[in-house]
Amino acid sequence: MGPIDPQTVQVELERRVGRDLFMHLETTTGSYTLLGPEKRPPVIAFVRNAPIHPERGSITGPGPYRVGLKLPGGWVYAEGLTDFEVSVRDELLLAGHDAEGNLTIALQLSTQPFRE
Amino acid sequence: MNRVELVTKPIDHLTEGLDEFVPANERHLLVVLPHPDDESFAAGGTMARCADANVPVTFLCGTYGDMGRRMGSPFFATRESMRDVRVSELREACRVLGATPRWLGLRDRTVEFEDPHDVAARIRDHLDELSPSTVITFFPGHAVHPDHDALGHATHLAVRTWAGGRPNLLAVAVGDRADIRAKLGPPHVYCDVRSVVERKLGALAAHRSQTEMMFQRWERGDEDDEQTRTFREEMLVLERYYRLPLD
Ligand SMILES: [Zn+2]
Repeated sequence: MGPIDPQTVQVELERRVGRDLFMHLETTTGSYTLLGPEKRPPVIAFVRNAPIHPERGSITGPGPYRVGLKLPGGWVYAEGLTDFEVSVRDELLLAGHDAEGNLTIALQLSTQPFRE
Repeated sequence: MNRVELVTKPIDHLTEGLDEFVPANERHLLVVLPHPDDESFAAGGTMARCADANVPVTFLCGTYGDMGRRMGSPFFATRESMRDVRVSELREACRVLGATPRWLGLRDRTVEFEDPHDVAARIRDHLDELSPSTVITFFPGHAVHPDHDALGHATHLAVRTWAGGRPNLLAVAVGDRADIRAKLGPPHVYCDVRSVVERKLGALAAHRSQTEMMFQRWERGDEDDEQTRTFREEMLVLERYYRLPLD
C-alpha cells in the first residue's frame, strides 16, 4: 500500500462500476480513546461484505481524498483516504492513515467476497 | 529506560498482601484472551515463567485481531493482510514465551455479539482436552475493550460450568489503575516477571504491527503521561491478577 495516485484510482474505480461488488467500509478511532488524555469515547463503524452495484464512482480532492459511489438507490461516501493498493486478489483497497500510521478509514471493493 | 535498574528494583511495595503465583505448582497454564498481543501484555511473563518450570502453556486466542487499527509504524499491513500478519506475529511471540497458540476463530470486535454460552462451550472443549490448573482471562466488565470483556465473561462461564475440575481462574483488569482499585480493590495474586523480562519484551516486539510505535516512544522517552510510565515500569517487573469466584 502506498500514497494514492488519483488517476490510477479513478481507473480502478471505473473498472468496477456497473458490476456486482462486495464492499468493506470502516472508520475507527481505535478502542482505547477513553484511556487517552482527552478521554473521548471510541467511535467505530464497519460494514463488511455489503453487496453493492455502483453506477458511477469518482475520487476527488487534493489529498486526503474523497470517494463517492452512486448506487441505484443510494450513495457510498468516504473521506480522508490517503493510501491505496490493488491486492493480488484484485481487491481495490483504499485507506486513510493518521500521522502515526494508524488506520482511520477504509473503503474496499472487490468482485469476490472479502475473507469471512 | 534503564532496564537493569528495573530488573533489580525491589517489588515488595507492589506485592504486599498479594499471594505469589508459583509456576512449580502448576500442571498446565491456559490463557484465554481475544487478540494476538493481549497475552504478551497481560500475562507474557507468567507464561514464560511457567515454560521455564516445564509447565505446558497454551494461549487460546479468541480472534485474529483482524480489525486492529495499528498497521505498523510506518504502516506495512492492510485491513486484508492483517490477519496473516498477526497470526505469524503471534506464532513468533508464542515461540519466544514457550507457549502453544490455538485459535477460537471469532471475528475481531464481534465477540460480544456471539452467544456467550456458545463461546463458553467451545472454551470448555479446550478445558476438557488440556485440563489446566490455572486459567487466565480478562476481568469481565473491567477490561476496556468490548472483546476483552466478552471473552472474559465467556471464559468465566466456561470454567464455572466445567465438570472436569476446579482450576484457578485469574483475571486481568485493564485501564486506569486508581479507577480499577476503587472498583475492585487490590488484586489477589502476583507473578514476579523480573527473571523473564527480556522474553516478555521479545514477545511484545514480535507483535511488530501493534507495538512498534510503543517501542519507538519508549526509545524517544516521550511518553504522554505519568500513568503510561507507571504502566510500563510495573509491566516489566510483575503481573497482577484477580481471582474470579467459581460459585
Ligand atoms: Zn486486546
